[in-house]
Amino acid sequence: MQELWQLFIIFCRIGGFTFGGGYAMLPIIQREIVEKRNWASDQEILDYYAIGQTTPGIIAVNTATFIGYKRKGIIGAITATAGMVFPSMVIITLIAAFFTQFKDYQIVKHAFAGIRVAVVVLILNAVIKMWKNSVKDWIGIVIFCATFVIAAFTQISPIIVIIISAIAGIFINIRKVEAK
Amino acid sequence: MILLTMFLEFFKVGLFAIGGGLATIPFLQELANKYNWYTSQELVDMIAVSESTPGPIGINMATYVGYKVGGIPGVVTAVTGIVMPSVIVIILIAHFYSRFNEKPLVKSAFYGLRPAVTGLIAAAGFEVARISLLNIEKFFEKYNVLDLINIKSLILFAVILFLTNKYKKHPIVYLVFAAIIGIVFKF
Repeated sequence: MQELWQLFIIFCRIGGFTFGGGYAMLPIIQREIVEKRNWASDQEILDYYAIGQTTPGIIAVNTATFIGYKRKGIIGAITATAGMVFPSMVIITLIAAFFTQFKDYQIVKHAFAGIRVAVVVLILNAVIKMWKNSVKDWIGIVIFCATFVIAAFTQISPIIVIIISAIAGIFINIRKVEAK
Repeated sequence: MILLTMFLEFFKVGLFAIGGGLATIPFLQELANKYNWYTSQELVDMIAVSESTPGPIGINMATYVGYKVGGIPGVVTAVTGIVMPSVIVIILIAHFYSRFNEKPLVKSAFYGLRPAVTGLIAAAGFEVARISLLNIEKFFEKYNVLDLINIKSLILFAVILFLTNKYKKHPIVYLVFAAIIGIVFKF
């Protein structure tokens, strides 16, 4: 029971004090889990991250689930996950409640019109960074362009795009990967 | 009933949004078109709020949508929906401790998935740019191309693009900067 409570509290702290999720959380997870408590090794944390990127869902949450399961089985996995998402739920609910009250004020409207422009830049920068890591050859360029056109100009669901691109990847590349 | 629909929709987002927080955006854009839960413009505001508060971006987005649609029960429903697929998958992987990510099938699937996810997020960014930088409504009043372009927004866009690439500060710095500019110059 005590360890479950600890799992909850530790992941609350990680979820509540890191901005940005994903890789921004890696150093604090390493400090809390590896250095302070020795619950996993550095290598294990990196493995969890690598697996978290290739499984559905949010990488930081996946890592919490993994560590929780390793410590206390299914209950531990659920507790750690709950801890990780709890601060977001509280903070964002407060903001959402606040924002619905104030969103019609002219000053808030002006602020958010400016903020939306910054969001375009943030997404553009993220896409450029992802492009560098993910588009390695002309097939990658073709897949990128095809998904961009489909997602931007048709009503086809992103779910279909994800499934087809995974199957395409398997057909195009499986022999090369197996040969290695 | 709306809670059940929302649970299922967020379960799907959790299942198919692979590769981190921003990967949820294309799916949430689809939801904006499918239901009247929030507009595309509100989604952009949600992205800004999620980027400038602690916690994983995907969870923040789910919380925001959940609250808007169904209050606190909505928050619990949306967040449970989005994390459930990954909790199930991770428990299975942890149980069989397989090096899932090193399997040839998984590796080659990601050969196709990585550029596709990048393309999906780029398209989502394109939609965000359309909302944030262009005046579609004003354009349709008089069909004047000059009305379409929002000069103030384009200048701010160029300035922030320059600043983000020159100084690698946390996104919240640029969001606050943009908010102040928005207020001062009445965007």
